[in-house]
Formats: sequence, structure tokens, C-alpha cells
Amino acid sequence: MTDAGNTKPAVAIVLPPAALKPIAWVRRNLFNNWFNSVLTLLSLGLVYFVGRAVLEWAFISADWRPVTHNPILYLIGQYPRDQLWRVGASLLLVSFLTGMSWGKWRGIMRSFALLLGIGLAILGIIPAGGQLGSLAVSVFLLTNLPVTFLGYLLGSRKFVTGSWVLGGWLISFLLIPFLLRGIGEGTMLPTVETSMWGGLLVTLILAIGGILLSFPLGVLLALGRRSSLPVLKIFSIGFIEGIRGVPLVTILFMSSIILALFLPPELRIDRLVRALIGMTIFSAAYTAENVRGGLQAVPAGQIEAAKAVGLTNFQTTRLIILPQALRAVIPAIVGQFISLFKDTTLAIIVAINELLNIGKSVLQSDVEFLQLQFEVYIFVAAVFWAFSYLMSFASRRLETTLGVGER
Amino acid sequence: MRKLLLPLASLIILAMLLSACGTPSGGEIVEVEVTRIVEVTTEGETQIVSAPAPGYGEILARVKERGRVVCAGRTDLLGFGYLDDDGRNIGFDIDLCRAVAAAVLGDPEAIEIVPVTAAERGPVIQTGEVDILSRNVTWTSSRDSQWGNFTITMFYDGQGYMVRKDSGIESQDDMNGASVCVTSGTTTEKNLAADFRERGLDFEAVIFEDTSSVYGAFFEGRCDVTTSDRSQLAAIRAGADNPDDYVILPVIISKEPLTPVVPHGDDQWFDIVKIVMYTLINAENPAYGPITQATVDDILASDNIKGKTVLGVEGDWGYSSLGLEPDALANALRAVGNYSELYDRYMGPFGIAFTLPRGANEHWTNGGLIYAPPIK
Amino acid sequence: MASSTSHRKSQDRKSIPFWRDERVLTAAAQVISAIIVIGGLIWIGVNLLEAAEQRGLSLGFDFINDPAGFPISESVIPYDDSYPFGTAFLVGLLNTLKVSIIGILLATILGTLVGLARISTNWIVNKIALAYIELHRNIPLLVLLFIWYFAVFNKLPPAKGSLELPGPIYLNQRGLYLSWPRLTETGGVFAVSLLVGLILAIITWVYLRRLRERSGRSTYFAGASLAVILVSAVLGLALSAWQPLWIDTPVFEGFNFTGGLRLTPEFTALLVGLVMYTAAFIAEVVRAGIQAVDFGQMEAAKAVGLKPMQILGLVIIPQAMRVIIPPLISQFLNLTKNSSLALAIGYADVFNVGRIMINQAGRAVPVFGMVMVTYLALSLITSLIMNLYNRKILISERAT
Repeated sequence: MTDAGNTKPAVAIVLPPAALKPIAWVRRNLFNNWFNSVLTLLSLGLVYFVGRAVLEWAFISADWRPVTHNPILYLIGQYPRDQLWRVGASLLLVSFLTGMSWGKWRGIMRSFALLLGIGLAILGIIPAGGQLGSLAVSVFLLTNLPVTFLGYLLGSRKFVTGSWVLGGWLISFLLIPFLLRGIGEGTMLPTVETSMWGGLLVTLILAIGGILLSFPLGVLLALGRRSSLPVLKIFSIGFIEGIRGVPLVTILFMSSIILALFLPPELRIDRLVRALIGMTIFSAAYTAENVRGGLQAVPAGQIEAAKAVGLTNFQTTRLIILPQALRAVIPAIVGQFISLFKDTTLAIIVAINELLNIGKSVLQSDVEFLQLQFEVYIFVAAVFWAFSYLMSFASRRLETTLGVGER
Repeated sequence: MRKLLLPLASLIILAMLLSACGTPSGGEIVEVEVTRIVEVTTEGETQIVSAPAPGYGEILARVKERGRVVCAGRTDLLGFGYLDDDGRNIGFDIDLCRAVAAAVLGDPEAIEIVPVTAAERGPVIQTGEVDILSRNVTWTSSRDSQWGNFTITMFYDGQGYMVRKDSGIESQDDMNGASVCVTSGTTTEKNLAADFRERGLDFEAVIFEDTSSVYGAFFEGRCDVTTSDRSQLAAIRAGADNPDDYVILPVIISKEPLTPVVPHGDDQWFDIVKIVMYTLINAENPAYGPITQATVDDILASDNIKGKTVLGVEGDWGYSSLGLEPDALANALRAVGNYSELYDRYMGPFGIAFTLPRGANEHWTNGGLIYAPPIK
Repeated sequence: MASSTSHRKSQDRKSIPFWRDERVLTAAAQVISAIIVIGGLIWIGVNLLEAAEQRGLSLGFDFINDPAGFPISESVIPYDDSYPFGTAFLVGLLNTLKVSIIGILLATILGTLVGLARISTNWIVNKIALAYIELHRNIPLLVLLFIWYFAVFNKLPPAKGSLELPGPIYLNQRGLYLSWPRLTETGGVFAVSLLVGLILAIITWVYLRRLRERSGRSTYFAGASLAVILVSAVLGLALSAWQPLWIDTPVFEGFNFTGGLRLTPEFTALLVGLVMYTAAFIAEVVRAGIQAVDFGQMEAAKAVGLKPMQILGLVIIPQAMRVIIPPLISQFLNLTKNSSLALAIGYADVFNVGRIMINQAGRAVPVFGMVMVTYLALSLITSLIMNLYNRKILISERAT
């Protein structure tokens, strides 16, 4: 019963803090004390000067001819232009598979697929000199987008399972190098030696090949390091610590030149493959250390429970330990992959014609380009930056998808 | 069983690798039986040829089976090894390689040029990875003993200095305290240091791995002097923005006989390459014509016995023991022409690269050093 | 019940076949893995010896005392082409150490500043630091070095038209020439007395601080140490006849500047590239370390009334150190290993000199072994230091 004399106590309704109005925000974040105010003014000045200089340079005074003159050099190097269809076919295959993965797994694959399709379409639309500006190439680049969608449609069908898509990827990784290299003269696929490959094609091959090969090797090494077989353990530890203690250039140098001495004289390994071996070995050692951290993070109780349930060692490793360990170290592993991608530039030391090397040769190809180092190297840096940033962004999304750190 | 999976898998892989390598070196000369096991182990292909240890005939067999001659060359030196607008390898050194390919395989295009840096030249021919090293290599005794067999000098060069015209330098004595750009891993480097030390002069060495950085730095002004073989200096000067601003000093501080190299251990291949070179030189002799690219077929059809001997179609010039066809030499000439055509194509008065007087590279009939044994 | 136990007993009496017996399998796995690994190593070794014999490659180290015959662009110790290969290698090693040590110092300073900026409350400073970090973490070091060397340092004015800064300091495409104080003949005494003073000052500091902690009295340890240094400096000056140093100014002679302290563009570009690249990573490490300190610490310190600088210095940083030091040391190691990229811009570090030696001496395997061993030694020493530090930290932390 309400009592007329009772007044309800005035309840102060506490509202959540409203978003600060711009002035208030500026006062709080930029000028909250005299030290910060000075810093802010200095920083604003710095940003203004640097920003203006950069923009002025980039859009007005820079001579972008080395880049726009023949952009396709940066993409595929010296690959014979009449065999371009093979690179094109590989690209279509990749677009298709990316679309299929999007259809099957959704989530982050959507960003990848759309990025690839739209990126290539943009590349086809922008006007550029040389071969890239030709109509055929533009049209081809634009067709990648619908092919991606085709893949999506196929991938979202019910009957397509994950193993189909994975199988498709596996086949493509074997097919693409074969397609690019060819079989022999006089056939439909004349041989194109790997010394003719160049540019972004080689960079991607080294990076993706290195990643794919080094990951299982790294996991094996990490498991070997923890194994109870003393010889395997000593070998794994020696290998990991030895490789981690030396710079990548020495490993590349070793695999390129010294390795030929350790193998029987009849074995002649392709230069690109040698560089790939060097990068794989290097990356495997670092991956092994990352995975080791993950293995140590798996609670002992999990292993004991697995044993109690009756799983064998192999099953325990495969079903219980590895999934948890790998999920825990995804940030570190993706970080390692990004490093590997950037480290492909070191292949310049062993005369591999990757993106940076192409930039360097473009500078020397024409007398007028000789002074334009800034333009070329900034362009190369920008390309690497774009790829790396996208990869780290994707890794952050992947982490949230897989629930790293939450479960 | 599960625990053994890992060791078993490694055992199987190891066994595969071991079995693929064939017999260890026996040292005897055996019939070359070539079996090809193509194993896709990684992203590329490895060709494993079961053959005895490097010995007589091995390289030719490998070349024939592979279908091309692998040469280590340059792709960035005007005149000697560079790329034309279509990306095709051209140049003096490259054409020597083409001549061998034409002689051995009948097709001057059956070559693969492997670009190597100056520092990699030695290891690449030591390991036998390439069949010919035709890359501005100076013939020295230590290299002859360590790297491989040096065939015959095709370009007599000397080391010189290039300076800016307005620097006022006219000889080494003016260079005290100067900065000198040079490529690492070359005889150039050593000769430079020795020259300055003998004269008691000081210099600042600016050393780079690849020649393009060396000359880039020189043109930027990073150093006052650059040094290399005079032919290379001429090539670089011709490719500069304003060649007249630069001067190649008339001094020669060392002998640089530039010679193609083949790996140690295979005398047959050594002889083959040498004899192809002899043909190119002998064809220039006016006593035989001279035989040019255009006149090869005419001479083959004519009664010119001397000419036909030089072309190898008269008598046995050794082709049977070398595993070649009698018309191999004619093919080589048809592909690249005789020595003077070869030289003039790139460095003659109408050369497409630059112009460099032949000097010591004149034919011996003109008083130069280019001389070869007869083909007979 | 009885039947099951007797059933169990009869089962126990059956023996496990040897191909399922854990002990046998373990032993077999050990033997097989030993065979594979050791066999593989032997195979490699045999191939190497065979190749060496066949191609006439020498594997010995007898070339170490032969004259090198090649020049090296810069060197900390006296060197010219008549010195032996061993000295050349040493020159390369010292160059690597030079750029690594200076690089580590500078990168730590810059990285700490950027890391602190990254957690600053000032929005714009924070974002600038973010931009710096994201920029340098995502581009390859080699591209950065190329940009700094070919696009910046090589474009400086030629020697005759150098930029002149007060000092005098000259900046041109051949290098940075600083006016540098050098010791006179009597300057040695000054240097020694300064060194002695420094040591005494450190001892004083430590002793007086401990005294203060034990007794509670204020002992003015800072002032005392400063006084010690000043006294020894004045003493040194007096002993060296008031003229311990003379300023070596660079003078243009002929082609280049002589005198003064010269930093070549190769060294400077490598140093700048390495420092800026590694600082970005160090900044992230510092940031992670500081954010790892429990926020409650910060609040408690504020509640007790400490000022911001004091909070940072007395509470946050000592605790953050524990988290920062291990990854920081591995960044130091990365910087040292990354110095091997000097090859691309012409700085004579140990890998570059090694490559030249391989070519000039014709000994690929022994020289390459030397280079690898050098890097391995450096990283081993660094890991040891890190392990020692880790162990020390572990003991001093109270069990939680």
C-alpha cells in the first residue's frame, strides 16, 4: 500500500558516459597537461611537414615511369610472353579454388576471395603501360572475379565436402609448378626454365612453398625435440639451435653453393629449388620453436586423460595435443609466415630474380631510370607492406574465429 | 607399430634417396648408361642421372640428354652478356656458348644462361653445375688449378681505370687518397690493391658484390675512380648518360686474358669446346676465304679444299673420338660467324653495343694475339 | 567376482608378443632412429670428402696465413692487402661487432621511446608511434636498407659541395665527417684517471646506497659519486698539463676529407636501417612488457601519492623488465644476425669478407665453416646471458 507520506528516494539514474564531444575529446586526449600539449603541437607540426613532403613527392615530383613502363616485369619477370596463358591459367585456378573455399568455409575466406577477385579486377581497370595495358590482359584480369563467384557457387553446394576443397588445393600446388615449368620442346607446354621466372611470381612461390613445406617439418622437429629417443632429441635440438643461431643469408648461401658439395655430383638441383630448400630449413627451425611453446602449454592433464581413455601415443599427439598446441601459437606461427614472406627478398643474394631484384634490374635497364631509386624501392616496399599488413590483419581475424585465448 | 611410424617413414625416404644415387665413384671409364629418374620431391624437378664419376664423355652425354648447353654468363654487361629488347640473351660470351651448342646439338638456341655474380663463378664451375663458364673470366694459374680447365683465350684484355674527365686525373699518381669503386671477388680487386701499394699511394676501397652497384656508385659520384677490364669499362661508359664526361685512362695495370672455362675431369668436353673456338678463329684467316657466316654453305659446295678442311668436312679432325658429327664445326660457324664477325657484331665500328678497337685481339695474320691450331 | 579374478589371472600369464611389447618397441625405435640420423650424417660427410678429392677442393685451414691480396673498405684495425687472410676475417668480425653494438644501443633507446609513445595517453603521439611501428614491421629489412643507402645516402651532395653543419661537421655522399676529440700524448693520463674515477664512482654509489638502505640515513650517494668523478677529472686534467684533448677537424684534401671521425655511408645506412627496423620490434616488446604489469600496481602507486615519473621509474619499469628482457635479448640477436645484410650495400661485415675470401682463396667449405661458427658463437653467448638473467629473476621472485 502506498503511504502518502513516503516519497520515493530520488534515484540518481547513472547514464553511461556519453561520447565526448569533439572539443572535450581534444582537451582530454591531446592537451590534458602542459607536457602533452607541447608534444601535440610538435607532433602536429611533424605530421604536417612530413605528410606534405611525402604527398608532394608521390603525386607531383616523382617519376613513376620505371613502375608504369612495364608493370608486368614486376609480376612475372622474364617469363616468355607467348606462354603467358600458363600463368593466367594458374591464376584462374587459384581464384576458383579461393571462391570454392569461400563457399565451403565462409568466414574469413570471404574476405580473401573478394580481395583477390576485386584486386585483380582493379589491376585490370587501371591504365598501365606495356603489356599490362593490353586489352587481352585487362579482360583476363577482370574474368577472375566471376570465376571466383563460380567457385563460390560450387563450394556452397551440399555435396562438396571439405576434403574435396583441400584436395583441390593440394592438386593445384602440384599442378601449378608443373604447368609453369612445362614438359619439353615441341609439346603444348614447352619448358620454361625457372631462371626465366621472376618478380612477384617467384616471391609468392618461395613464400608459399616455404610456408607449406616448413610447417610439417617444424612440427616434426618440435615433436622430435620432446621425444624420448635420445638420438632424435639431440639431432632436433642441434638442428633447431644451429639454424636459429645463424642469419638467413648464410643458410641461403649454404643451400645454394655449398650444398652442391654435400650431395653426389650427379644430382643437379634447380636454383629456385635450392633457395626454396634454404628458406624451408630456416623457417622450420623457427616454427619448431613456436610449436614447442604451444606443446608446453597443453596441460598435462590432457595427456593423462588421453592415456586413461586408452589412446596410443600417436593418436594422443594427433587428436589431443597438436590441435590445442597449434591453436595456442597461431599468432606466433602467422608472424613467422609474414617474416618468411619478407625474407624472400634475401634470395637476391643468391641471384634469384624475385621482386626486389626485378626492381634493381629495371633501374639499370634504362639510363633515364638510373636516378629513380626512390620510386622503385618505395613501390617494392609498398607491395610488401600491403601483403604483410593484410596477412597480419587476417591472422587477427583468424584468432577471433578460432577463439584463441578464450578457450 | 605406431611408434615406429616416424622412423620407418624416414628410413623409407632415406632408402629412396640412397638408391637414386646409383653407384659411388669407381673411377673407371665405363659405358655411359643414362637412366633418368624424375622425382618430384619439392616444387621443382630434380633430374638424377645415374652415371659414373665425372670422366671422359660425361658432360657431352649430359648435354645431349638434357638437350641444351648450360652456360654461366652475364645478363647485364653490354657487349659481352646482356638482354636485347625481347629478353633474348646476346653478347660476345653468349655467342661463344651458342657456337658450342650449334656444334654439339645443331641448334644455337639450345642454351640455358645461368646468371651468376662474380663471387659465384668459381663454385659454379667447380661443382659442375654449368657446362661452360663464359663470363669475362681472367685466366690465372690459381684459377686453373682450382676452378676448372681454361680453354683458349678469346679476348685479350687488360685492367684499366675510368675517371671523370673533370677530375683532372691522368695517371695513378694523381689518385692518391681517391675513392675507388670495385667489384668484390675479382682479380681486379687484388690488382688494384697491389698497384696502389707498390706505388705507395693510399686509396679508399668501395666494394660491392654486384657490378651494377659498382658502376651505379661511380656514376653517382660516390667514388672518383672505377677499375675493371678495359672492355668492361668501355661497355659501361657506352651505356652511361653522357659517355663523353668519362675517360678511360691509357694505363694497363695487368693482363686479363678472358677465357671460357669448363669443369675439371672431362677431357672430351674440354677438347670439344677448344676445337669450336679454334674454328671460329681459323675461319677469319684470309688464306681460307675468310669464311663468314654467309659463305659457309658456298664453301661447303665449292672445291675449296682448305676451306672445307677448316669447316671439318674434309678428313677426320677428331670428331669421331669427340662424339660429334663431321659438320659440327660448320654448324658453329653458321650460327655465330667467324671471330671478326663475332667481335664486330658487338664491338666493331658498327657494333650494336659499343666500339672498341681490337688492339691485341687482332687476328695473328694482322699482328694480333688471336691464334689457333689448325683443324686437321 | 571370483571368476573374473581367475579370468584376469589367466590373462596375465599370457605374454605380450614382442612386436607389441613397449620395451622392445622403444629399444628398436632408438636403434633405428640412431641408424637413420647417424647414417645420414655419415653419408653427407662421405659425399663431401669425395667431392673435395675429385674437384681438388682443399678442406684445410692452411691458407689462413697467406696474404689476402684484397682490400677492405673500412677497418677498425690496421689492414691492407698484404695482411693475411686471418686478419681479414678478424677485420670483418670487428666490423660486425661495431655495427651490432652501436646498433643495439641506439635501437634500445629509440625502441623504448617509441614503445612509451605507443602507450601514451596523447592520441596523436600514440598514433604516430603506431604508424612508425606498423610501417617498419611490414616491410623487409633489405628493402629498407636499399632505400636508405641507394635512395638517401647516395643522393647526398658530392664531397666538394658538402653540407656543412656547426662543429664543423660535413655531410656528403662519401660519409659523415665529425670533428672528433682525440687524445694528445698526455691525454692517456687523463683517460686513465677518468676511468679510475668512473670505477670509484660506481663503487661509491653502490656502497652508499646499500648503506642508506640498511641504516635509513640519507647519504647523498648521487652527489658523492658525482663529486668523485669530478675530482678525478680535474686531477686528470691537471696531470695532463691541462691539454688532454685536441679537436681533429676534417679538412678537404685532394679528393676526400681527411681527419676527424668518418662514418662511411655504408656503415651509416646499415646502422640507420637496422636501428629503425629493430626499434619497431623493441617498441612492441616494451609495450607488451609495460602492459603486462598489473594495472592494480599503477592504481596503488597513484593512491600512495607517487608522481607519474616516479610511478614509471619505481613501480612499472622494474616489474616490466622481467617480461621485457628475454624477448629484448632475442631482438638484439636478430639485429646482430641482420647485420649480415651488409653484403648488399657494400659494408665489410664478417659475411661479406667471408664471401670475398671464399672467392679469393678458393676455399669454400673452411671459410664458410668459420663464418657459421662465428655467428653461432655470438648467438650462444647471447643465449647464455639470457639464461643467466632468467635464472636470476626466477630466484628473486617470491613464489606466487
